Amino acid sequence: MSGPSDYQPNNPALKWIERRLPIMGLVHSSFVAYPTPRNLNYWWTFGAILSMMLAVQILTGVILAMHYTPNADLAFKSVEGLVRDVNYGWLLRNMHAAGASMFFLAVYIHMFRGLYYGSYKEPREVLWILGVIIYLLMMATGFMGYVLPWGQMSFWGATVITNLFSAIPYFGESIVTLLWGGYSVGNPTLNRFFSLHYLLPFVIAGVVVLHVWALHVAGQNNPAGVEAKTEKDTVPFTPYATIKDMFGLSCFLIFFAWFIFYMPNYLGDADNYIPANPGVTPAHIVPEWYYLPYYAILRSIPNKLAGVTAMFSAIIVLAFLPWLDTARTRSSKYRPLAKQFFWLFVIVCVLLGYLGAQPPEGIYVIAGRILTFCYFAYFLILLPLLSRIETPRPLPNSIADDVLAKTGSRSTPMVSTVIALMVAGALFAGSAQNARAAEDTTPPSQKWSFSGPFGKYDRGALQRGLKVYKEVCSNCHSLNYIAFRNLADPGGPGYSEAQAAAFASEYKIKDGPNDQGEMFERPGRPADYFPPPFPNEQAARAANGGGLPPDLSLITKARSYERGFPQFIFDFFTQFQEQGPNYVDAILQGFEDKPPAGVTIPDGSYYNKYFPGHAIKMPKPLNDGQVTFDDGSPATVAQYAHDVTTFLMWAAEPHMEARKRIGLQVLVFLILLSFLLYFTKKKVWADAH
Amino acid sequence: MNPDASTIAAGAPIEVDLTPIASGQDIKVFWRGKPIYIMNRTKKQVEEARAVPVSSLPDPATDQSRVKDGHDQWLVVIGICTHLGCIPIAHEGNYDGFFCPCHGSQYDSSGRIRQGPAPANLAVPPYQFVSDSKIQIG
Repeated sequence: MSGPSDYQPNNPALKWIERRLPIMGLVHSSFVAYPTPRNLNYWWTFGAILSMMLAVQILTGVILAMHYTPNADLAFKSVEGLVRDVNYGWLLRNMHAAGASMFFLAVYIHMFRGLYYGSYKEPREVLWILGVIIYLLMMATGFMGYVLPWGQMSFWGATVITNLFSAIPYFGESIVTLLWGGYSVGNPTLNRFFSLHYLLPFVIAGVVVLHVWALHVAGQNNPAGVEAKTEKDTVPFTPYATIKDMFGLSCFLIFFAWFIFYMPNYLGDADNYIPANPGVTPAHIVPEWYYLPYYAILRSIPNKLAGVTAMFSAIIVLAFLPWLDTARTRSSKYRPLAKQFFWLFVIVCVLLGYLGAQPPEGIYVIAGRILTFCYFAYFLILLPLLSRIETPRPLPNSIADDVLAKTGSRSTPMVSTVIALMVAGALFAGSAQNARAAEDTTPPSQKWSFSGPFGKYDRGALQRGLKVYKEVCSNCHSLNYIAFRNLADPGGPGYSEAQAAAFASEYKIKDGPNDQGEMFERPGRPADYFPPPFPNEQAARAANGGGLPPDLSLITKARSYERGFPQFIFDFFTQFQEQGPNYVDAILQGFEDKPPAGVTIPDGSYYNKYFPGHAIKMPKPLNDGQVTFDDGSPATVAQYAHDVTTFLMWAAEPHMEARKRIGLQVLVFLILLSFLLYFTKKKVWADAH
Repeated sequence: MNPDASTIAAGAPIEVDLTPIASGQDIKVFWRGKPIYIMNRTKKQVEEARAVPVSSLPDPATDQSRVKDGHDQWLVVIGICTHLGCIPIAHEGNYDGFFCPCHGSQYDSSGRIRQGPAPANLAVPPYQFVSDSKIQIG
């Protein structure tokens, strides 16, 4: 607060309140009359963006919590139930999951802004440290949130990260047992993580209040790094900063909406669509992208305790920044050397993030160690050194002068650009090398009617695929998340309610107990779910040579394959997300009678070109002529594979058409809004420039 | 916030009957949420494990110290790789022991680390022989 407010409302009722609780005066002095430097650029809008993201996460999270069950046996199912049956549940879930990523993206930009412009320097040290505390709380919250869906990655990520604490001498094991609430990650763990995940965002909100308070005491920093001296240097927060923040928010929301509506699983891991199994470890345990740099640092150090210490130190070192960088010039705009090294540091962070997702082998290990050294060297060696030896450029006299000067010289950091290009080239060559070395078992890319921003499910394919599932696959594979009523839902196979009821009545569903205490069978009803072919896992394994036929409700979202660098970047823009369907289609057609020379398949398994390891326990399920279609479509394996995969994609995501339709409306609205806000901003700022 | 009474009760010691496990076979049981391999080793496996010079091991330990006297063919180890927690596969790898598919650690027929990034041998849980054909784990 910049002092007692001179705000007096005119309305007598408001005057009455103001005298007893001067909240209007507080809001007025903090966000209306508050003097903000007039030379701020758009990197300063991220504070408002972060506040909005916190509100979005809390709102969506509280509503999600009304439908989520924090029990190890029920959690995964409750999330699927939420997505499928709760009104706009899919939208809430996508907003919350993508929102976490957007929250971290915004916080990283916000932190890098602070690094570049010296916003951590005197008198803003406490402000900066409060920010580090908020960041730590965010990381804890995000980690616990990811555990809640109780998928494979949730469970195993929790196992790996909680195991880290056992590295602490003396107390380590006790801390881990306390975290687990048992002898391993299990139901007590899930319960307490849910409780804390609900609690911490409100702790974050409290620290954010302190953060904004500390900010208002010191005043905002600005791109010139020169403190505001006169009234000519500042403009009132409202309307100037308010409208600029709103425009920034609107643009950010467009980016956010792209993830929510068009690429909801891009930042996630396919393995998290497999329910948690303590007996099976996924081949690659990878945390969410915002933890990857720290994961890379952890794995770089071969000693367990040293690795854990390095990982936490990488975050804690930020708190010491005001005392590591003692240069008197705040803004890197006037520090030519510091500016270059800043951009190199950004590249180091991005590369560490990339390495965190790679298997810890070969060149990735060496690169990880070098980059970990670079990361710490930046804070502990470079910045203190630069404070002593660097000669800064001359500063402008005041903020007003900075605005008028129209500084045009933006020397491109040539050295760092060259290094970045070289590294990108090396990585590209490296991944291409790997691809050539490995045999080509990448499933071929098929054409799918549901791909792209305007994709829709082909009704005919859905109906034919249902027939293939019913006549062939359902003998071994369950479809637990699909109910007969879903067959009449919009965006699906397009049956009427009567047809769905008739379809259901052909099935015998176990029900009971009756008044005699016995279970009985009755004809299916629309509310019933597709019955599983086996009563339990053991019966399924006994009938299938020890292998367990997976449930197919989510199979097209639970399978994926690498697209490699830089392909995965192009995929973001082309909206390619059909790895799962391509894989399922390929498996169904990938059986070969004779394995290639030199490849032996154990007894009881079959050779499949696209199955990892090539030995699959499922015999070839489809043959030409096996299923006849009423609409005269060809009775070929390729047709069956295509249709049943389309059906299974619908089973995995029944609301896809609504998602894309609403996404288009939202994007058009946001683009129009952004235009309007931009021109309004220009009008408001016209007299300030 | 330490484990509650029902969790501790579920983690109480369990008894496992060894009679169905033939020589050369192994089973996996769960105790306290962790997978435990109980392996009935062949004479060849025991001899191979004992012939290894202990000083050459990354985590030196004699085979004798990892089994119970008089029941040398029975190996009971927690099936969690000491690297980052994946479950190694039994009867795989170059040492007729365990192979962890995550990052390639290899353990021998005594569950000791021989090759790969894991720092320590597979842990031996507390257990004792109730009779010649029954053990109590925990």
